[in-house]
Amino acid sequence: MRKLSWLPLAIGALVALLLPLGLSVPYHQHILVMVLVWATLGTAWNLLGGYTGQVSFGHAAFFGLGAYAAGLLVHHLQASPWWGMLLGPVVATLFALPIGLICFRLRGPYFALAMLALGEIFRLVFTNWVSFTNGARGILILASFTSKLPYYYMALAMFAASVYVVYRLVNSKWGYYFVAIREDQDAAEALGIPSTRYKMYALLPSAALTGLAGAFYMNYVAFIDPHVVFSLGDISVMVILVVMMGGAATIWGPAVGAAIYVALSEMFRAQWGAASVLLFGILVCLVIMFLPNGVIGELDTLRRFLRRLREGYAGGKKGELLRG
Amino acid sequence: MTLFGQAVISGFLLGGMYALIAIGMTLIMGVMKIINLAHGALVMVSMYVVYVCYQLWGFDPYLGLFPAMAALFLLGCFIQRYMINRLVHIESILPENQVLLTVGIMLVLTEIVRLIFKSDYRSVTTGYSGDTFFLGDISVNVPMAIGFVIAMAFTYLLHLFLTRTDIGRSIRATAQDRDAALYMGVNAPRITVITFGLGSALAAAGGALLLPIFYLWPDIGHLFTAKAFIITILGGMGSTMGAIFGGLTLGVAESLGATYISMGYKDVVGLIIFLLVLLFLPGGFRSLTKR
Repeated sequence: MRKLSWLPLAIGALVALLLPLGLSVPYHQHILVMVLVWATLGTAWNLLGGYTGQVSFGHAAFFGLGAYAAGLLVHHLQASPWWGMLLGPVVATLFALPIGLICFRLRGPYFALAMLALGEIFRLVFTNWVSFTNGARGILILASFTSKLPYYYMALAMFAASVYVVYRLVNSKWGYYFVAIREDQDAAEALGIPSTRYKMYALLPSAALTGLAGAFYMNYVAFIDPHVVFSLGDISVMVILVVMMGGAATIWGPAVGAAIYVALSEMFRAQWGAASVLLFGILVCLVIMFLPNGVIGELDTLRRFLRRLREGYAGGKKGELLRG
Repeated sequence: MTLFGQAVISGFLLGGMYALIAIGMTLIMGVMKIINLAHGALVMVSMYVVYVCYQLWGFDPYLGLFPAMAALFLLGCFIQRYMINRLVHIESILPENQVLLTVGIMLVLTEIVRLIFKSDYRSVTTGYSGDTFFLGDISVNVPMAIGFVIAMAFTYLLHLFLTRTDIGRSIRATAQDRDAALYMGVNAPRITVITFGLGSALAAAGGALLLPIFYLWPDIGHLFTAKAFIITILGGMGSTMGAIFGGLTLGVAESLGATYISMGYKDVVGLIIFLLVLLFLPGGFRSLTKR
């Protein structure tokens, strides 16, 4: 594990703190907030999927539980939705326990499918249990602030917290256990790592952070319905693709992936509508095929490629190596 | 009792068509050992091919089935040859890279179709769409009955293909042990391409048969992906017979769930059965017969 160097981190933090002040258009600030939400989701997923190797297709369940924890507080108890920021992660974690106990009995693709099925079950139940969740009509609350700035700083804090948690976890003894389980579960077991317990240790913080992001989303967007927050295509799958894009099992990969995803979808939504998703899909396919470890994971490959472009091809004329 | 019979029959017929889609998936899963999450998107694309044939040239959906199968066979071969097979030798952090690539492919296919046809709901109406005939007290929808018969015919043809022809045997050999098949002179990479094409063509057939019954919109693919993998797990990976039983079980279970619980919870029934099978019978129905 490489240590985070302080200088770039401090500069990055300073830029992140000052950036929204330089942007006066609320829309631009909104884009930044969405990047941070997706970066948080990606970082949370990365802990379980990237470092521990348990590819979950059901993280929308935790996102939705967090969002609904905040929303239902308002809907039933008329409490402030901000309490949801505390309740959301707790609820998501509590649900993650039995989910983990069930799904960690399975491995690899079977685990992925079981998580997918669970995510879908949550969506269907929240759609059909109208008396408790208000069904497909969703939950509408009044946003607390009209300015985007408070939300931005909250999202930034949330993202920073998630990066801190994941960074500390993967650089502890647990982190080595996580990676060992990812690389070879049987070998890890043989070395005495109780794999189910450590997968659980990866799942619980991951679910909590995802739930936190969900609760924040409820407060920020002020409207949720089951098809948005429990969406298989728009949340569960997208968060995987965001991480793959940026680089699985890297600290900053999910943030880079989130920035690319949100930037693409916002840039092209105006002109071409859903074509932004198409563009993102094509980009994801290309990244998986040519940069299988994502943009951050393959920085060296990219750097080498750029240097070769700049200096001409080392060791001969262009194309000679390929033909040879 | 009539209600019960009605639910079972319509579930059974629908399940037969689901089974055809799932057989395509189980074939791919057996040979490639990956879950093809683009499978539903392939079904969706084939439905649009049939729809276009119907709109432009007035092809009956059951006739449009053949161009759709041919088109999807080529599309499947292309995806396998130029995209998925490239990944076999690439080292990456996550072993599920090929699965994630199929997710990307699903996204691309869905969005291309959305770009061309928009998200509108479409349907194909034929002269016999609403026709029914009666078995005792139970009414049977004609398109569903035709679809079921054709689906079973295709399944039988596939069975003959897999057991009697050279390529079919090579496919089964590759599914059993890729390395051993390579030593025996089977061109395994080529077999994977053919298998993916064949699986896509079967998905296309299933989609064409379901078109007279379902509405069509670009996101319908997710529905079929979910159903196909539920059936595949129910039946046991790579087992054709298992897929048929899985398909019929899912069809009947959903139909009964819709009749006796509620329409909204219909899909929950299927998913819960799926989870239970995954947990307690991970080999699917096939493992029951082997004991």
